[in-house]
Amino acid sequence: MSIDIETARRVAKLARIRVDEADLPDLAAELSGILRFMEQLNEVDVTGVEPMTSVTPMRLKRRADVVTDGNIQGAILKNAPDAREGFFAVPKVVE
Amino acid sequence: MSAAANTLTVAAARDALRKRALSAVDLTMACLTAMDAGDSLNAFAHKTPELALAQARAADARLAAGAAPDLCGIPLGIKDLFCTRGVASQAASNILRGFRPEYESTVTSQLFAAGAVMLGKLNMDEFAMGSSNETSCYGNAVNPWRRAGDDAALTPGGSSGGSASAVAADLCLAATGTDTGGSIRQPAAFAGIVGIKPTYGRVSRWGIIAFASSLDQAGPMTKTVRDAALLLGTMAGHDPKDSTSADLPVPDFEAALTGDIRCKTIGIPREYRMDGMPAEIEALWASGTAMLKDAGARIVDISLPHTKYALPAYYVIAPAEASSNLARYDGVRYGHRAKLAQGDGITEMYEKTRAEGFGKEVQRRVMIGTYVLSAGFYDAYYNRARKVRALIKRDFDLAFAAGVDAILTPATPSSAFGLGEMADADPVEMYLNDVFTVTVNLAGLPGIAVPVGLDAKGLPLGLQLIGRPWQEADLLNHAYVLERAAGFVAKAPKWW
Repeated sequence: MSIDIETARRVAKLARIRVDEADLPDLAAELSGILRFMEQLNEVDVTGVEPMTSVTPMRLKRRADVVTDGNIQGAILKNAPDAREGFFAVPKVVE
Repeated sequence: MSAAANTLTVAAARDALRKRALSAVDLTMACLTAMDAGDSLNAFAHKTPELALAQARAADARLAAGAAPDLCGIPLGIKDLFCTRGVASQAASNILRGFRPEYESTVTSQLFAAGAVMLGKLNMDEFAMGSSNETSCYGNAVNPWRRAGDDAALTPGGSSGGSASAVAADLCLAATGTDTGGSIRQPAAFAGIVGIKPTYGRVSRWGIIAFASSLDQAGPMTKTVRDAALLLGTMAGHDPKDSTSADLPVPDFEAALTGDIRCKTIGIPREYRMDGMPAEIEALWASGTAMLKDAGARIVDISLPHTKYALPAYYVIAPAEASSNLARYDGVRYGHRAKLAQGDGITEMYEKTRAEGFGKEVQRRVMIGTYVLSAGFYDAYYNRARKVRALIKRDFDLAFAAGVDAILTPATPSSAFGLGEMADADPVEMYLNDVFTVTVNLAGLPGIAVPVGLDAKGLPLGLQLIGRPWQEADLLNHAYVLERAAGFVAKAPKWW
């Protein structure tokens, strides 16, 4: 499977990474190279094999559904590039 | 103390501190001096001397009161991937520039509770994606080792390159690393030190900036196997904040170092004998095998038939998980936000922020991950890779079920290469550095790199031992036998 420029543009869009038009051909070529490497996986007979979900067979721990943390608004907002009046601030989302 | 205190092992420093032959403050000062003198190695990205001295003074008080833990007063370097409260923690990425966590990772909490001292944060590949420390936003970390008669700068490996460089150059007594595909073991081998990646779930991942959550594990990078046992004992343990951390008791790893491996069975996997493998690596592997045999172990040839597919499976699974984990860097809650133009909306903010904040390799992996998870390709790539992963793990399960206690392999396909030497290489060529280590992450097993010899260029070479799940104690004992038999004591001649 080779990635064309249109696919590279779409992947960049899905990944929310801006890529200049001029850089798309190189990106497409690089991604194609990596995918070709992955295509070796097609040689493996995986009939009847379940995809691995957890490397050690374990049941995830559960705990009571109660509040364990909170009242740390200041700490949460401390690293925000833009925080106002107790909220994260972002550009206008809805017109 | 006759030798400079910063050159001590953790175990020797512990003993000297407990006898009060050395104070934690003096030891820390010696490391801070070495750290400042080692700036040309670019191993430390953020230095924390005030914190280190405060911690050292507290350690001295505790040592004076008696019964202090093993790591009380021991100066460490901490990989930049660990969140440390109030101290820059940016995974060597511009997207986390200025980020100072309001919380402490479980691993560093446990180290500090035991009295360890943090000298600073260590250089690494951006988001731990790389095998040469060349993707770091801080610039390359440099290996203290050089080829004989050549002063070209070599890579300390990656992603824990700063950790390897700092430990090998005696800037700290030991360091933390993390390993997703070989990021502890490959740099340890390149720098002539010990590095262990524990069983997946042995060490809490909480507060460690995530790369690929099903593969990431933290572990120690140290001068000796005994030091690795000491650090791992403090770093490990169940943590309710990491649902994948195992609720198992942590054994006394140091006590497991008996040096007796008689009647143990060591597997030598034939698939690790790669085409084009340098003769020196082959010879090193054979001599390591002979050392374990001389120690009384039984050597058996084994087959791990899916080895060849580990790298391609890894380079589907790890980027897939990374694309999901790194979605959080959007310019809203922490780190960098791009300057926006008039009329830019939230989508432009995301796209510009991520284009400016992520380096090339990180962008590449996020996009590959996005692609393999996208509609129509999920089954062809991601699900197939997870099936192959199950087969890779089954290979190991079968070997262990047949009575193998540990598996011996080379740690890396070469010794350290020059910084910049791979600049024109295909990304896939760089990925081949992980060929011997990546299977261990996919199977969730513990693996340790031990320095065993020098190549003809005068550079360190390591071997890797792979253990049964949760049997780090036994694995460390095998490594201890190998370490003693190899008698690797070489140090990089000081040029920095």
